[in-house]
Amino acid sequence: MSTVESTRSATARSPRVLERAAVRNWKPPIGFAAFAIIAVLIFVVGARGGVTTFLLSTDSDIIQLPAVFADVTIVTTVVIVLLFLAAAASAYLSFRARKTPLWIIAVFAALFLAAFLTWAASGATIPIPGLLVGTVGLSVPLIFGALGGVISERGGVVNVAIEGQLLAGAFASAIVASITQQPIAGLFAAVVAGVLVSFVLAAFAIKYVVEQVIVGVVLNVLVIGLTSFLFSKVLAPNAALLNSPPRFPRLPIPILGEIPIIGPVLFRQTVIVYIMYIAVAVVWFALFKTRWGLRLRSVGEHPQAADTVGINVNRTRFWNVSLAGAIAGFGGAYFTLGSVGAFNKEMTAGAGFIALAAVIFGRWDPIRATLAALLFGFASNLQNVLSIIGSPVPSEFMLMLPYLVTIFAVAGLVGQVRAPAADGKPYIKS
Amino acid sequence: MKLELRGVTKRFGSLVANDHIDLTVEPGEIHSLLGENGAGKSTLMNVLYGLYRADEGEILLDDVVQHFAGPGDAMKAGIGMVHQHFMLIPVFTVAENVMLGHEDTKFGGRLDLAGAREKVREISSRFGFDVDPDALVEDLPVGVQQRVEIIKALSRDAKVLVFDEPTAVLTPQETDELMVIMRQLKEAGTSIVFITHKLREVREVADRITVIRLGKVVGEPSPTATNEELASLMVGRAIDLTVDKGPAEPGAAGLVVKNLSVIDALNQIVVKNVSFDVRKGEVLAIAGVQGNGQTELTEALLGLQKRVTGSISLDGASLRGRSVRQVLDAGVGFIPEDRNEDGLVAEFTIAENLMLDRSDKPPFVKWGTLQLADLATFAEEKVTEFDIRAQGITTHVGRLSGGNQQKVVLARELSRPLRLFVAAQPTRGLDVGSVEFVHTRIIEARDAGVPVIVVSTELDEVAALADRIAVMYRGGIVGIVPGDTPREVLGLMMAGEVPASIAASTKESVA
Repeated sequence: MSTVESTRSATARSPRVLERAAVRNWKPPIGFAAFAIIAVLIFVVGARGGVTTFLLSTDSDIIQLPAVFADVTIVTTVVIVLLFLAAAASAYLSFRARKTPLWIIAVFAALFLAAFLTWAASGATIPIPGLLVGTVGLSVPLIFGALGGVISERGGVVNVAIEGQLLAGAFASAIVASITQQPIAGLFAAVVAGVLVSFVLAAFAIKYVVEQVIVGVVLNVLVIGLTSFLFSKVLAPNAALLNSPPRFPRLPIPILGEIPIIGPVLFRQTVIVYIMYIAVAVVWFALFKTRWGLRLRSVGEHPQAADTVGINVNRTRFWNVSLAGAIAGFGGAYFTLGSVGAFNKEMTAGAGFIALAAVIFGRWDPIRATLAALLFGFASNLQNVLSIIGSPVPSEFMLMLPYLVTIFAVAGLVGQVRAPAADGKPYIKS
Repeated sequence: MKLELRGVTKRFGSLVANDHIDLTVEPGEIHSLLGENGAGKSTLMNVLYGLYRADEGEILLDDVVQHFAGPGDAMKAGIGMVHQHFMLIPVFTVAENVMLGHEDTKFGGRLDLAGAREKVREISSRFGFDVDPDALVEDLPVGVQQRVEIIKALSRDAKVLVFDEPTAVLTPQETDELMVIMRQLKEAGTSIVFITHKLREVREVADRITVIRLGKVVGEPSPTATNEELASLMVGRAIDLTVDKGPAEPGAAGLVVKNLSVIDALNQIVVKNVSFDVRKGEVLAIAGVQGNGQTELTEALLGLQKRVTGSISLDGASLRGRSVRQVLDAGVGFIPEDRNEDGLVAEFTIAENLMLDRSDKPPFVKWGTLQLADLATFAEEKVTEFDIRAQGITTHVGRLSGGNQQKVVLARELSRPLRLFVAAQPTRGLDVGSVEFVHTRIIEARDAGVPVIVVSTELDEVAALADRIAVMYRGGIVGIVPGDTPREVLGLMMAGEVPASIAASTKESVA
């Protein structure tokens, strides 16, 4: 067959990208300057002398790293100067109508944090591995919840019910593991509980086209109410039988567990955490490299297009929302089988909502969402550590820290994020 | 493959969208399905494609009765569809879009993207398309996106291809290229169903024509029939396709726009340094393919855009930076391009919609209360004057046909003393009768000495109304040319090319 030259028109190649106006965005330099001034207020006005000790190894490590001693006055002074330099650099870039690169923001945050830690722990000792181990621990349910959120929302169903799924998972795993004395059985129960919550969400959101955010919120309230009721009426009176699940033991991985700092943080964890590593990788791979992921994303971006190539939109959404519930429910089991060791009223304490924020901050990408969840986990644990060593900041104020970080992260730093185009929009075939 | 529809009937409640339609498409034939908007063409094709289930009748492929439960079945049977609104996922690459729904996988469930790329390249080279399999669809021009749709259908070995209003979004050049592609497909033995309401295109490529009106087949004219014959069949009465229009008698400049630029939320310069003027008593048509800045330009005139630079002045007074309220009070009438979204409140009555832009002062509002009696009188008057077919002035406009809805918008905007009239896509989606009416009213406004701007993507409409034509491409005005400029020249300009003769004359008029 002959090819036709006339179809190769000039328009065929040129992408439809319009010229962009040079716009000066003053948000980053103003934000930097504000934090630099806050740094001055804290470190100069509330100046504290002394030396802070940072431990880099735990006692059980084979390779012992020496501790680091930081003089508070020197560190804070240097950091304040650097913060103002960063603000100036950012202002210069904005004046030139250029963007402040992400690495400057990251360095800025790290510097501020280092100075703050040094200042707050003046005269005391901060165990860095302990700080990070706690971070991972607090992040586990957030990460599972965020994975569930990513899957559900990539398919076009807003999953506000992560909180409920986590809580249901925690509740079911506590009971089943207590009765069977098998933590593995508890994990399965958590998955089932998460899926059951998801079924309700999926049925109302997909089949009955109810506004998804409202269903999610109502489900959360329902699960909180139900588990609290059952806890006080059933679990608490029979705690020995129903609410004393065996916990998963820590399983150190032989060689990896001996790497300084990283070893104790990542490779001396429970089996739930190891499964989490695998889950993050698998979800990422499956979402972007497999048929399942391609179809899931197509359903969340343009359901009608998916329908016209023979993909059953609502069935795909239903089962993926269920899968999302399974993953979030699994994460809920960490509360009872991994960390606390018993169920408690409202023990998730908003973790599901933080996970939701991680989904958005992570731009609906499993790996970025995981990093976001780790950031939020770090903020929570920082608050724990600082209140233990007795920082000069009131503990009530420190309690706000994780949520402040969440708000700043989601509202301020993200800028233009694009959700899956059909996220939250039910597909009704006319 | 031979396609046959026998007695296909599809009802939506009491509405019969398709009434016992028979249609046969022979292998290697282009069969055109002609009809007005709402005649039932797209419904019929959705039945064929398995998106709707027919209430009666059957679909046969090579004389075998088919039962499609969904598009998947139709595609397996060899039916492909190029949709009017492309069924492509903007954030996927071309290869991902083409493979979606019938993906090949390799070890570990990995998508075989290399295979999909190869398939795209193979089909592209067969038809001379220039499509990069790794380009994101959202970055591609509309014409190329359509080729991706065609590749998608062909990659599933479609033997029957349905083109649903394929030229609505294309430049005239792209339309010509599409015609070449369709002939090429036909030579390769593909049966083609070509749905359209544009007569010229039908006469150019169709081997056979079936005309549908109100869900019924009303005739099978030969492709040699004249435009008037085809139009009369489509509409059901004799139709005069030309607008009665005397020569313009332009007076002084009414609207003067200088160096106008508009920046959108993504910091893109969507309107770039545009200068033009519209004199009293003339129609300036703004032609161009959809999405080249026309929408933002009209919104800037109305005060609906925030980041605007340059100057807009009407009869010497500046309009830039004024609120929409102030712009309307300055005597600007506006027909928005999406009447359902921006022109009307569907759940309000005709009377309420007629007073929407005067909801804060007499005669309809006094002392903060509605003057319902005055409003009723006014509404009755306008319903008669503008021939709005409705049960009464309290009918909700959502219940009206597109033509009658547009008449409500027109009645509202033309019942104030105007100093500028801006009509954006005034006849989009209207039946031929309403188009006639709207065009006549626009010319009447012009003859009353109002400067008129008509934004249209349809060259027929531009040619019918314009005294001068400004062609927009990627936010800029390529040139301003006389109303009788040939289509071919306009077509080139719509693709951003300026013919030498025009370039010279445009420079003069600017200087």
